[in-house]
Amino acid sequence: MTAPALPRRRRPITGWTVAKNVFAWLLSASMLVPLLLIIVTSFKSDRDGQTMSFAWPQEWNPANFVTVIQKGKLGAGFLNSLLYSSVGTVVTVLLAAMAAYVFSRRRSRGNQILYLVVVMGIVLPINYVALMKVMQLFALNNSRIGIIALYIAVNIPFTVFLIYGFVARIPVELDEAAVIDGCGPIRLFFLIILPLMRPVLITAAVLGFLGMWNEFIMPLYFLDSTAKWPMNLAVYNFFGRFESKWNLVSADVLLTAAPVIVLYLVCQKYIVGGQTVGAVKG
Amino acid sequence: MDKKKIYPWYFAVGALVFYGALFVLPGLIGVGYSFTNWSSYARDLAWVGLDNFAEIFSPDRDYLTYIKNTLWFTAASTILKTVLPLALAVLLVKEVKGLALHRAILYIPAVLSVLITGLTFKSILNPQYGFLNQSLRAVGLDALAAHWLTDPTLAMWSIIAVDVWRGTGYVMTILLVGLLSISSTYSEAAMIDGANAWQVFRHITLPLLRPTLAVVIVLNVLYGLKVFDIVYVLTNGGPGHRTEVLYTAVFSEFSRGRYGVGTALSTVMLVVMVVAGVFMIRVLTRNEVQE
Repeated sequence: MTAPALPRRRRPITGWTVAKNVFAWLLSASMLVPLLLIIVTSFKSDRDGQTMSFAWPQEWNPANFVTVIQKGKLGAGFLNSLLYSSVGTVVTVLLAAMAAYVFSRRRSRGNQILYLVVVMGIVLPINYVALMKVMQLFALNNSRIGIIALYIAVNIPFTVFLIYGFVARIPVELDEAAVIDGCGPIRLFFLIILPLMRPVLITAAVLGFLGMWNEFIMPLYFLDSTAKWPMNLAVYNFFGRFESKWNLVSADVLLTAAPVIVLYLVCQKYIVGGQTVGAVKG
Repeated sequence: MDKKKIYPWYFAVGALVFYGALFVLPGLIGVGYSFTNWSSYARDLAWVGLDNFAEIFSPDRDYLTYIKNTLWFTAASTILKTVLPLALAVLLVKEVKGLALHRAILYIPAVLSVLITGLTFKSILNPQYGFLNQSLRAVGLDALAAHWLTDPTLAMWSIIAVDVWRGTGYVMTILLVGLLSISSTYSEAAMIDGANAWQVFRHITLPLLRPTLAVVIVLNVLYGLKVFDIVYVLTNGGPGHRTEVLYTAVFSEFSRGRYGVGTALSTVMLVVMVVAGVFMIRVLTRNEVQE
């Protein structure tokens, strides 16, 4: 079944166009090959899995995934990652929205300086060594609350930056009308402004969640006990122990990447838009 | 309307507390600690002046090499992750069927954690059983099969190559958005006036794309200076510190309990980044406050 062709001028199909399209597919293939390789290898038996190739598995071995979940502590890792990322995201987005709103609406000298200091955090490096000292000071080292607090602190700058740009586009007249109608600051923000921020809040939440899920360096420094490790650290550790068993390593990698890929497929619009629009808006 | 009442200061407190306590505070005391002998084995904390920095910049130690490696990685990866995506974006922006699908596929590495990418390529680049060498041997190119991550002359290039694989789709997407926002009337007018494709690119596309390119370059530079995950996973600074960069060096100082030197290294990095950071804030905020 084909739809009737639209009456528009067809460009002649040239060799150049064909070459371009072939090239585009080769390029996409170069991104997909490593992923397919991981998928194929993850189903191989132990004997097959000693080498990494596209050779079709001689026997399909889904038991690898069970092995990996048991030996690699992926279940606990998944729950930890989920806890850290979701709590971290909710708190970050809420606090950042409140701060960005005030910074954007009341541009006093002090607020502008504060905004600049916060946004500087997007680019400045973190001093992890001194951070350890501070974490000890607050008794946050090697604790779940500590790692969540860190994720929040690190994600505040970009989230404030993202939301700040959006708040400027919500008309101030709304605030004025609400205040005249007797709205207090808290009701104004939570009942009127926050719902209007929905698009940017979703973008901020998806990006924040993705960033926290993928975080590796923070838990590496600040989580000593394996029971508190997020998925990323669990898989890294697993790799160290089973480096020659590619089938198991691949299954582990695949399971760790799966949540992110699902998130990407569902929220592609927000991820790509959010990560690139800040760069080119103008 | 009393702005102070409608937009109360305490709305900002939550964000500022987290950010101040766990980002600004460590940054500040870190600078202070870099002038001390702070370590896991020295019993008393003592002021040692510039000793840590003298050690870092001493020609007898390897730290200068780490700084050089970082700058080298930053320069090479920035150039590759700007030029290659630019060429691809310009090439693919027209006449490609299913561009959205290609774009979605090319973007995947940008959402995967660097760790996953690193582990995948560590398997692929394994000298004996990895996919790359296996494939090379299968087609008779045994001579090209190399110890990608353990050969001192190759290791850094392998890391850069993996990083380019990872970053190209992301940068290309940014550049495509920029390219698509350029009206085609300019290039059509130029074509009518007899300009060739290169002239259109050189004198129309490139100047109009300049702000986007500036952002891309700054993002790449900042990423390069802060690089950790990909190096840590692929080589952990080896072989023989050939791929050691600033952040992996900080981590190894940290692991060995040499906190003073570690925090001094971070301070060196801070100075480098402040210069780059001020520049980046300018680029990023320029476009956005006009409303």
